Amino acid sequence: MLDRAEAPSTDQATRRVRFRGAGFVPASSRFGGWIALALAVAIWQAAGSAGLANPLFLPPPSAIARAIYQLAISGALWQHLSASLLRIGVGWLLGTAAGVAVGFAIGLSRLARSVGITFISALFPIPKIALLPLLILWLGIGEEPKIATIALGVFFSTAISVYSGVDAVPRNLIRMAQSFNVPFATIVRKVIWPGALPAILAGFRITASVALLLVVSAEMIGAQYGIGAFVLQAGNLMQTDQLLAGVVILSVFGLAVGKVIGWLETRLLHWR
Amino acid sequence: MDLIASHISHRFGDLAVLDDVSFTVSAGEVVAIVGPSGCGKSTLLSILGGLLQPTSGAPELRGDPPADSFNPLTFVFQDFALLPWASVEENVEFPLLHTALSPTRRRALVDDALRRTGLTEFRTTYPKQLSGGMRQRVGISRALAVKPAILLMDEPLSALDSQTRELLMEDFVRLLADGSMGAVYVTHNLEEASRLADRIVVLSRRPGRIREVVSVPMTRAERGETAAREKLLAIQSQIWSLIRNEAIDAEREVQHA
Repeated sequence: MLDRAEAPSTDQATRRVRFRGAGFVPASSRFGGWIALALAVAIWQAAGSAGLANPLFLPPPSAIARAIYQLAISGALWQHLSASLLRIGVGWLLGTAAGVAVGFAIGLSRLARSVGITFISALFPIPKIALLPLLILWLGIGEEPKIATIALGVFFSTAISVYSGVDAVPRNLIRMAQSFNVPFATIVRKVIWPGALPAILAGFRITASVALLLVVSAEMIGAQYGIGAFVLQAGNLMQTDQLLAGVVILSVFGLAVGKVIGWLETRLLHWR
Repeated sequence: MDLIASHISHRFGDLAVLDDVSFTVSAGEVVAIVGPSGCGKSTLLSILGGLLQPTSGAPELRGDPPADSFNPLTFVFQDFALLPWASVEENVEFPLLHTALSPTRRRALVDDALRRTGLTEFRTTYPKQLSGGMRQRVGISRALAVKPAILLMDEPLSALDSQTRELLMEDFVRLLADGSMGAVYVTHNLEEASRLADRIVVLSRRPGRIREVVSVPMTRAERGETAAREKLLAIQSQIWSLIRNEAIDAEREVQHA
């Protein structure tokens, strides 16, 4: 009887089955990105020091760092940054609060859905910055139109991500809750809210970028202080080191917001 | 408390799914519903549990539910329907949260349900950390926590492997042993039906009508004995002969859909 554990003896040569399952499993290295970034900055600096790049058009990283330092010690950095942070903060909060409320209404109510989706579909594609002149006419030339522009931009993306998230909550969980006579409000709080949270937090990532984009645009159009106004002013004066300092500050701000949302996801979506 | 299916018919648009289905589940009785694929078994269960409005007829209750029952008609779902963001004990506690029970009393009910399903040591784990069988145990534990009069079980074992199915079947036999709970057990598995049910309602192909009601004339405890095996096989064979041709037709219909 053939022993199944052993290969049958034969004179024919054997060959291994070729492994074909490699790839399509991208794994990210923890430090790879930072090393690549540091390398790019080092090459940039070396190119500047070697005179390969005109510092007027592309100042080296050391010049940008110096510009940021000078901005910081002069107090101008905080003056511009605080103006932008205030506009982003208030605008984002208002837009998010309204977006979450409207998104939930659309997700839960037939009437709100039929009305809300029509309006959102019609208004969402409009570049919100195009409304700034109109908002200035309505609200004056102070902070209000800039904040309203940001709030509008954040509102639509938030509302869409919230009602998409509510729609994506597995129906079987809602039926389960109904089968136990769980009241509507408890189903919303204990089933729909946590079920929609991944989509809502993903929406926050998008709206943080939208808010950053809009604050810079709005400040370039009509503001004395703010990172957008600072970048525009530096560009007009050909102070490219200052201009890039502003860009770096925006990038760091975007990274910081991304980290905060990542931290929130880790805390709130640990069950995934 | 008895559960009565009274002349239930249902249509999804032009598609007739159930046609004049009537039967009674007496207190403590286990009734299995079997039939070819698409005959409306799960639809019937949803109607019986009040999750779907029938086109005509109605599910009715006769008699009072047990005084300590928080949800007399309680589902056990095929896909478990566990909240993935909640731990085992939070899932079991979920249907009690809106009741007027004190936290201490809620905790006692959860503890009891977890103990009866062997989940006490898994109370802080999350569904994604559990096997399919353990997840269904959480679903059963959640159902037990509300002290149901009748369990409405929608193919509760169909998503599980055969060994886990066997283990959970033993759990069901044990839980239903004292006759304090009845059950409507929807399944396509004739062995499960004959092992658990006092009566088996055989539905025809869509629109589902009652073709026959088959009694299983022995206690559930007896069915585990070797001597009972032949009788159970005969019952399964009888039911299979009733639905075989329609099951073939139903399968072809599904494939061509």
